[in-house]
Amino acid sequence: MSRTALLVLADGRFPAGGHAHSGGMEAAVASGTVHDPASLEAFCRGRLHTAGLTAAGLAAAAATGHDPLALDDAADARTPAPALRHVARRLGRQLLRAARATWPCADLDHLAHHRPGGMHQPVVLGVVARAAGLPPPEAAHAAAFDSVSGPATAAVRLLSLDPFDATAVLARLAGECDAVAATAAEAAERVASDGVAALPAVSAPLLDITAEQHAALAVRLFAS
Amino acid sequence: MKAAAQARTAPPAPADQGGAPARRHTPETATPDAEIPAVATGLRATARLRATHNGRTTTVPLLHSDGPFHLRRLRPQGERARVCVLGAMSAPLGGDELELDITAEAQARLEVTTAAATIALRGATPDPATYDVRLTVGEDASLNWLPQPLISTHGSSLHQTYRVDLARTSHVLLREEQLLGRTAEPPGHLSTRLTVTRAGRTILDQQTVYGPRGPAWDGPAVLGGHRATGQLLLVTPGSKARPAPVLLGDRLHGYCVLAPLAEATALLATAVAPTLAGLRRLLSTALTHAVGTKQSV
Repeated sequence: MSRTALLVLADGRFPAGGHAHSGGMEAAVASGTVHDPASLEAFCRGRLHTAGLTAAGLAAAAATGHDPLALDDAADARTPAPALRHVARRLGRQLLRAARATWPCADLDHLAHHRPGGMHQPVVLGVVARAAGLPPPEAAHAAAFDSVSGPATAAVRLLSLDPFDATAVLARLAGECDAVAATAAEAAERVASDGVAALPAVSAPLLDITAEQHAALAVRLFAS
Repeated sequence: MKAAAQARTAPPAPADQGGAPARRHTPETATPDAEIPAVATGLRATARLRATHNGRTTTVPLLHSDGPFHLRRLRPQGERARVCVLGAMSAPLGGDELELDITAEAQARLEVTTAAATIALRGATPDPATYDVRLTVGEDASLNWLPQPLISTHGSSLHQTYRVDLARTSHVLLREEQLLGRTAEPPGHLSTRLTVTRAGRTILDQQTVYGPRGPAWDGPAVLGGHRATGQLLLVTPGSKARPAPVLLGDRLHGYCVLAPLAEATALLATAVAPTLAGLRRLLSTALTHAVGTKQSV
């Protein structure tokens, strides 16, 4: 594997359109529940251990080579909020577009062919990681980190938070991020014997609720 | 409600009870006449209930009470048979393994409720308790599962699973409500997994982890300080319409969203609220919207 490929994939500047999404942060800031570095950390920690863990499991399973279409269905079953399914498919489509140019391969063409409307982003992330030569735990790592780096970056813009503080939050979550990625990768190893039910399906009620509230807003800075 | 230390003496065996449960007494609560060895292990109990349609109406040929579950027939409502689960003893306590198996066979109409809140308590062992509910609904059958809330008390540890298996033409209405801790009390550890399949395909798979082992569970991404949370699932086959999400509630009373799953025959309401009463109001309003949308239950 190339460790640099992981850095390229997990880099916020990778042109997959993630910068337009706040991962629920805009809604949390609007409701006043995130207002300082401490509440930002609580938000990111909650997202990491719920939606982040679920995404990391899907990414690791896809990176293992399990059927991405079955994993896409599993992602649908794990995403009850229509707004979040829509966002996940849009982000998946954008990631696939960038990845097909970066690491061209038949597997990525296969996804684009079978799900022209876009596939859930964590599943695409796993297939892309595989195309880039990264093993499943690294795919889980990229997904877990993605679940907190997006909201933290968005918080800097939404709250005019000190970027040093936001980065310190990410640094403090590093150990938990590693643990979530390891749990997800371990679960993905069981998919071969136990099916996709072995994958985490942890959800956070407020992320689902606020995603729908946010999608209904006429004026918003971030797409989600 | 009584504390965990209350002796869990089983009530007289209900008349319709099949086999006596393996009764357990903890060392410090064992009654003198206990003939069962005083070992601090959990209680294992499986209650079963099966409704069937005899061509004219719904009957309930199997009603097997066990352990803390005492099943009792209620007066039918129209053509819908009704059964109430009465708590025959304090459960679940740590280490308990409880199962409730409910089947509505083809064309049956069944509603199952519980008489009181289910209270997860610490018990004599630090082991987690498990509470598995299996709901199986046949072709053209309809099942309403409307239990009272589940309350996670300080020091308790419970893993609850819901496994809902639907046929292609099954109707189901499921409500589950959770309260994290009683008044001014932090909750115990409560994890749940809800899996719903329709014609063999998983349409909803969801886990929650609250309490001391759920990192930032009361933070702004998960419950945001709300102590009551719940869901309402309505599956009505045949409806192809994909209704727009309904947003309910406000900052003071909690929030609820009602929206279709990827499988458009299913509507799911997800709610958080400061109190159980507020939660129930939100879910009831969501149900009114859902039924109005689907024109059937």
